[in-house]
Amino acid sequence: MSHAAASTDHEHKPYQQHHFESMEQQTQSTLLGIWLFMAQEILFFGGLFAAYTVYRILYPQAWAMGAGTQNVFLGMVNTIVLIGSSLSIVLAVHSARHNDKKGILKWFALTLLLGLVFFGVKAIEYGTKWDHQLVPGLNWDDGHALHTIQEHAPKNVEINELPKGIQLYYSLYFVMTGMHALHMIIGFGLAIWIMIKAARGRFNAEYYPHVEYFGLYWHFVDIVWIFLFPLLYLV
Amino acid sequence: MNDNNTTPPLNYLTNGHTVKSWLLTVDHKRIGILYLIAMTCFFLIGATAATLFRLELATHNANVLANDTYNRLFTMHGIIMVFFFLIPAVPGVLGNFFVPLMIGAKDVAFPRLNLASWYIYMAGGLFTLAAIIGGGIDTGWTFYTPYSSVYADSHVILAGTGVFITGFSSILTGLNFIVTIHKMRAPGLTWMRLPLFIWAQYSTAIINVLGTPVLAITLLLVLAERVLGFGIFDPQKGGDPVLYQHMFWFYSHPAVYIMILPGFGVVSEVLACFSRKRIYGYEFVAFSSLAIAAIGFFVWGHHMFTSSQSPYAGLIFSILTYLVGIPTAIKIFNWTATLYKGSVQLSAPMLYTLGFIGLFLVGGLTGLFLATKAINVHLHDTYFVVAHFHYVMVGGMMMAWLAGLHFWWPKMFGKLYNEFWARVGAVIIFFGFNFTFFPQFIAGYMGMPRRYHVYDIEYQPFQMLSTAGAFFMGIGLIICLVTLVSSLITGKASGKNPWKATGLEWNYASSPPDTHNFTVPIKVDVEAYDYTDERIYQDA
Ligand code: HEM
Ligand SMILES: [Cu+2]
Repeated sequence: MSHAAASTDHEHKPYQQHHFESMEQQTQSTLLGIWLFMAQEILFFGGLFAAYTVYRILYPQAWAMGAGTQNVFLGMVNTIVLIGSSLSIVLAVHSARHNDKKGILKWFALTLLLGLVFFGVKAIEYGTKWDHQLVPGLNWDDGHALHTIQEHAPKNVEINELPKGIQLYYSLYFVMTGMHALHMIIGFGLAIWIMIKAARGRFNAEYYPHVEYFGLYWHFVDIVWIFLFPLLYLV
Repeated sequence: MNDNNTTPPLNYLTNGHTVKSWLLTVDHKRIGILYLIAMTCFFLIGATAATLFRLELATHNANVLANDTYNRLFTMHGIIMVFFFLIPAVPGVLGNFFVPLMIGAKDVAFPRLNLASWYIYMAGGLFTLAAIIGGGIDTGWTFYTPYSSVYADSHVILAGTGVFITGFSSILTGLNFIVTIHKMRAPGLTWMRLPLFIWAQYSTAIINVLGTPVLAITLLLVLAERVLGFGIFDPQKGGDPVLYQHMFWFYSHPAVYIMILPGFGVVSEVLACFSRKRIYGYEFVAFSSLAIAAIGFFVWGHHMFTSSQSPYAGLIFSILTYLVGIPTAIKIFNWTATLYKGSVQLSAPMLYTLGFIGLFLVGGLTGLFLATKAINVHLHDTYFVVAHFHYVMVGGMMMAWLAGLHFWWPKMFGKLYNEFWARVGAVIIFFGFNFTFFPQFIAGYMGMPRRYHVYDIEYQPFQMLSTAGAFFMGIGLIICLVTLVSSLITGKASGKNPWKATGLEWNYASSPPDTHNFTVPIKVDVEAYDYTDERIYQDA
């Protein structure tokens, strides 16, 4: 059609979309888009971190005691698992750069596997909280909660009543880790979609934006966890 | 400008007639039309709600609606008008349609994402409609906690989900525009040659990307509290409802600029065209949009002077609010100066635009009254606030929207509307608007609180005037609607550039534009609004 008149003067690569004038323009646009998306994600989690900060300052005791009931070991395991998955996605990008289709698939699979380990551990943690009746609104029980907190307190500290705001700690714990997990689940979907593309040979050393941008997204999700871990487990 | 015939064989409207060709289109122009249709429906629903409760308010006692119904109607009105009309109107319709055309691009940067944004908007709309059909929601458009999260006995979950979802449509549209404006401009179209409409869309998009996610997470917390019983804003669990207000207004004050900045952009285009002059102080008008977007993020506390917010914080918010008035005033002064010695032509879009300037001025200045802490204590939550924000949102934004719609109508559809009736509509809307909302300043100043359907008899004259005015304005809107729609059938072909305006959309694209916008490669060698450029007068 008529638009051909405007664009016959330069050749189109097969993966260049027709509304871009050049491959460079397309690449730059996509990159800027991804960064803006990240900015929007930061603000989204930023709202949660703001609420966290306010209540942490208002109720330091609740925070200390709530964090006391966390299983730091499991949290640590998950942190290492996620760092490992970040590494494996870097290796996937590296493979893409070297036109290594098998490598892409292998490292994506490892990333997903590590993600599943993370979910397994998270499920254990959520399960324990459910058993201890520490889920606000759904099965919260003051007596049981107090008991759990007493059990986890250091030997020389005596706790006779629940600190004010303790339910806020757990509410935020569930919302923050839940939102993080939701982002991982979305990541799973994206990863599988990209693996299918890779298996069909859609990428080459010159063209692998999906792989690269997925890497950025996955790093972002990991970084969120790197913040959540100390804030929720170690305070 | 080698336009060889005015109506090319295939344009974006005629290129495909099936429903599927519309619902699966990735053409930014068709997506703009999809927004136009959806948004007009939402506007009519919102207006119907307003008609009903305005009728109720005509007299001081309850004779049309039960109090609960009244609450649900004004909430529905607010939610629909803010989230489904004012916020998406200019970006969704005019922005989608004209941003690529004005910068010489074939489309926005991410056309499929653009279509997805429309579907997200519709999905949010369906949830909200479901809330309405299911019986409505009565929290007010602000969803204040703990009423919304614990006590309200209406469809907060559905409506909250609807607004949450629509937010992502704004975010993605904003993202799309920022990338498009950065990366897709035609050769020679430098930042300082951009039409001011583009600057306005750009500033709006920044707020959309940075502000809307905070609203999303805030609503999510409210929903978590309501559905699961988490206690983030519930005082019984130690939560703080004022934190909700902070988080809500952190988005919703910038959101008022999301609504008005695109309107500023429209006004600059129309004013330059019908004064046949470059906008006075182009650079100042351009950068004041960015300044408004930036400062607008730090004034949210002016909605909370009477909450438990610290008085010192209030003081700072008050000063910052005054500060944001400065870039706004710069625009008004520059627009007025543009008229000076211009050859002003009072066409329908220009009437709307002049109406905008006057009404927005009143709205902005009364905003400064409200930003004064001592006065705010007296006026907060009265009809004065209602009048203030209707002057900026309806007097400002709706007028700008209608100005833009009339201005670009011939480009969008290739038809001229009946100029006489369009002007009649504009004048009736202007007077009807003032009759509706000016009395509310007085009632509010006398102390009448907002959101009551039964009130003291001394306020009745003002409310009655207001109701009468609203019907007058309604007549104007109907005239406007009929004029525009009938032009599609009976209107004369407009030709490429009926207003002899500058700008790529008028001079390089036919009316209605070709599917891929331009048939010749574009290179820009003139400044914006160069009304001395002879090429714009030699239309085919
Ligand atoms: C110079 C510009 C402006 C100033 C100084 C200003 C100031 C204010 C202040 C101080 C309030 C709080 C009143 C109260 O509740 O006690 C307010 C309310 C409001 N303003 Fe503005 N404003 C300005 C422009 C705008 C614009 C452009 C819009 C929308 C397009 C807008 C929309 C609103 C709305 C919707 C409310 C009421 C929200 C509610 O409580 O429901 N304002 N404004
Ligand atoms: Cu405000």
